[in-house]
Amino acid sequence: MVEKEQSMIIQKEMIANLFKELSTAKETGKKVVYTFVPGNLSELILAFDMLPVYPEINALQSGMRKKSGSFIKEAEKFGHSEDVCTYVKCDIGMMLKGNIGPTGEKIPPPDLLLLSYTGCFTFMKWFESLEDLYPGVEIAMLHTPYQKDGVITKEMTEYMVKQLKQEVIPKMEKVSGKKYDETKLKKILENSVKTEDLIVKIFDTPKTIPSPIDAYFAGVYYIGPINIGFRGTEEAVEYYAELYKEINKRAELGLGPITPEGEIKEEQYRLVVEGPPNWTSFREFWKLFYDLGAVIVASSYTKVGGVYDMGFRHNPDRPLESLSEYCMNCYTNLNFPQRIELLEKCITDYHADGFLINSIKSCNSFSAGQLLMMRKLEEKLEVPVGFIESDLVDPRYFSYANIKNRLESFFQMLEQRKIINAN
Amino acid sequence: MNKFYLGVDLGSTTSKAVIIDEHDKIVGRGITNTRANYKVAADIARLEATFDARFNILENKIASEIKENHESKKYIEELKSVFNFLKFQKRLRSLHTQLKETVAQSFENQKGEIISGKVDEIINTIEPKIRNDFLNNNLGNKNQFFRDIISEKYNEQVEKLGNSYFEQLMMVFDKSITPVENEMVKYDFQELVHESIALLNGRYGKIKDENKSMHFDVELNLLKGNYDSISDSLKEHIEQIAKMEIHIANMVGTGYGRALLPFAEDCIKSEILCHAFGAHAIFPGTKTVLDIGGQDTKAIQVDSNGLVTSFYMNDRCAAGCGRYLGYVADEFNLSLNEMGPLACDAEKEVNICSTCTVFAGAEIRELLNVGEQREDILAGLHRAIVLRAMSLIARSGGVRNEFTFTGGVARNQAVVKYISEMVRDGYGDDIKINIHTDSIFMGALGGAMFARRNISAKIPLK
Repeated sequence: MVEKEQSMIIQKEMIANLFKELSTAKETGKKVVYTFVPGNLSELILAFDMLPVYPEINALQSGMRKKSGSFIKEAEKFGHSEDVCTYVKCDIGMMLKGNIGPTGEKIPPPDLLLLSYTGCFTFMKWFESLEDLYPGVEIAMLHTPYQKDGVITKEMTEYMVKQLKQEVIPKMEKVSGKKYDETKLKKILENSVKTEDLIVKIFDTPKTIPSPIDAYFAGVYYIGPINIGFRGTEEAVEYYAELYKEINKRAELGLGPITPEGEIKEEQYRLVVEGPPNWTSFREFWKLFYDLGAVIVASSYTKVGGVYDMGFRHNPDRPLESLSEYCMNCYTNLNFPQRIELLEKCITDYHADGFLINSIKSCNSFSAGQLLMMRKLEEKLEVPVGFIESDLVDPRYFSYANIKNRLESFFQMLEQRKIINAN
Repeated sequence: MNKFYLGVDLGSTTSKAVIIDEHDKIVGRGITNTRANYKVAADIARLEATFDARFNILENKIASEIKENHESKKYIEELKSVFNFLKFQKRLRSLHTQLKETVAQSFENQKGEIISGKVDEIINTIEPKIRNDFLNNNLGNKNQFFRDIISEKYNEQVEKLGNSYFEQLMMVFDKSITPVENEMVKYDFQELVHESIALLNGRYGKIKDENKSMHFDVELNLLKGNYDSISDSLKEHIEQIAKMEIHIANMVGTGYGRALLPFAEDCIKSEILCHAFGAHAIFPGTKTVLDIGGQDTKAIQVDSNGLVTSFYMNDRCAAGCGRYLGYVADEFNLSLNEMGPLACDAEKEVNICSTCTVFAGAEIRELLNVGEQREDILAGLHRAIVLRAMSLIARSGGVRNEFTFTGGVARNQAVVKYISEMVRDGYGDDIKINIHTDSIFMGALGGAMFARRNISAKIPLK
């Protein structure tokens, strides 16, 4: 059994408190906003003293707790086809079965559905389904322009600020019964900047060899608080300061990443991974890597809540502008050359031995164009590449034997390459 | 002492073994059907490969003699056929015993006796037929496995016996074949060779005595004058080869069932790497490898050293693999070997839209009902398989020159025809397409080559 680090205890408490607050929202009169991780407007929600619910986080938690299978079945019974995004079906199935969240407490119905990223078409349809489940719920939709030329222009930002002022903020005022308070928002954004600085430092640590952390399998835990509504809070700043301290200590002692079965003693392969992990067999999936000493040094998935390492920071001096830019800067809103550049930088800066894609059958936002990106990276960097397929939370789509077979081949390919390079 | 290296490729349908010498040259090949007991399948493939190696070494040793003396060549071929038959016969006898045991366990008294008698009748009828096929029709070289050969002949006889005992006789066979297939029958090369020589002596003696033959071809009749001297000079070599130790210095296991092979951890390698390495060894210009096996299709890109740079495999579904063809063959009541030639006789290709092996069955019946010809449907099915393979290749990075096609399915002419058409169509006429008669052995060959190089692979224990 691995001893729990202080940061893990803090995170657990933060999440428990959030779900406690959610379960008592009706009594306390707090309003509840359902929203998504990419391009989330955490700070604005906090500024109105509302509570966030992230359906895709609940879905992945259900996946990890082995509950997603029955939720998905429920949603299919309700009429959703087999090909629909499994996050959506898992989430809807959970609601149909009483909306009991990961902590066993009931999640209250939404007072507002806030769609802040339209790059994923499914998000829109998801909320339409939720509207059907919760008739009469308020909806605010923020249309996010795609970075088709790889830049965010002044006009794009203005377009989004206008939507915030005319659509989102008035809806939030209406639902919360509170006036928009920019001074409060600015204060919250100051904390966001501190959190973002810290998370960049944390995900920089795997640049050293050996890496003190696994930036994917452990990384998904690290991005928890910043992604589920704590960005902008004092607690988040404290959590990330503590986490950074712990990781630095590991790095100073030259320790490898921690896994469910203890520390990786000998780092064999350093990988950059693109795509979300499989959640239903998360432990088994991770084990396939750490058993062979494979460490993920950087991943695009840990950037879905914000691509901070490329320089973006929220800006208290330009509150609504920076919120807009944040939305447009989320990972899946980047065009292919930008995504390739980002991955290339990861492979180079983190001294990766290989690049691996875990492609998600039911997620077009992430999966479309992945093979193309892989080919480009292979050609440009001559890095060994691998491609596996699984799904987010549908246990029927995780074929352990297939994935194991491909990963073994991939690792042996890296091993060969190492031998050849050494000679 | 010469050193040899072994590669075993435990596939989903067939298990292959290849023995190479110190110069990566193939000296022995063995193949059998993969069965419930993986260890037996691997052991049989290995044993077959060592037998094959002995015969090949023998032929190499007397290469000049064979070249000059046609009769010697013929004699060795005959010897091999008899040898293969004797091997078969041992298992057949074991099956006979097992059949009788199953009868005894399943039926009582009179009924048991009748069925037992029928079993004897069947085996006694088919044994000479099979013997004739081995000795005169080259059955040993037709890539057919014990189960295939015996099932065909047994079913034939059961049908001839009429309906009264059909179910019982089939049940007895179904219950008996698997345990017999999964037992390791011990063969001693030297012993079998001696038996084979004795059998041949009798046969040639007969030629001499009768001075004419109804059964043997004209070529063989040439032997009658000088067969004694040939067999004497060969005998010595044969004795040497039979006694020779085939020392396996290192081995590597690969394939679908590799984790179940009784090999040391660092002697187990991914079949992707092995197929690529094997294909590259035979065709050093190879850049893209397509391997279509029983249950998976792999598109592999390799560098100039034969090492894999990337690969792509089919997921979740075996449509487009060998098993698909096997399934379709069953639907048409054909043997696998008949599929390709029939498809090549088609006048047109019926469009097969099903991407699912199981649904293909329904689609075939539907197409037959609407009057489509069997050959045309088969052509469409072969084309459908190749379309899937081409999509995999595209996803792996496309075809680069040279292109090598490996795996059991590379033996199917219709698949080869469509692959060649589509590769040229999609990637240009300049692409050199390599297909080797040993294509099914590429994985095992790659394994053996890794064994010779002693490149360890890191794979966790189960």
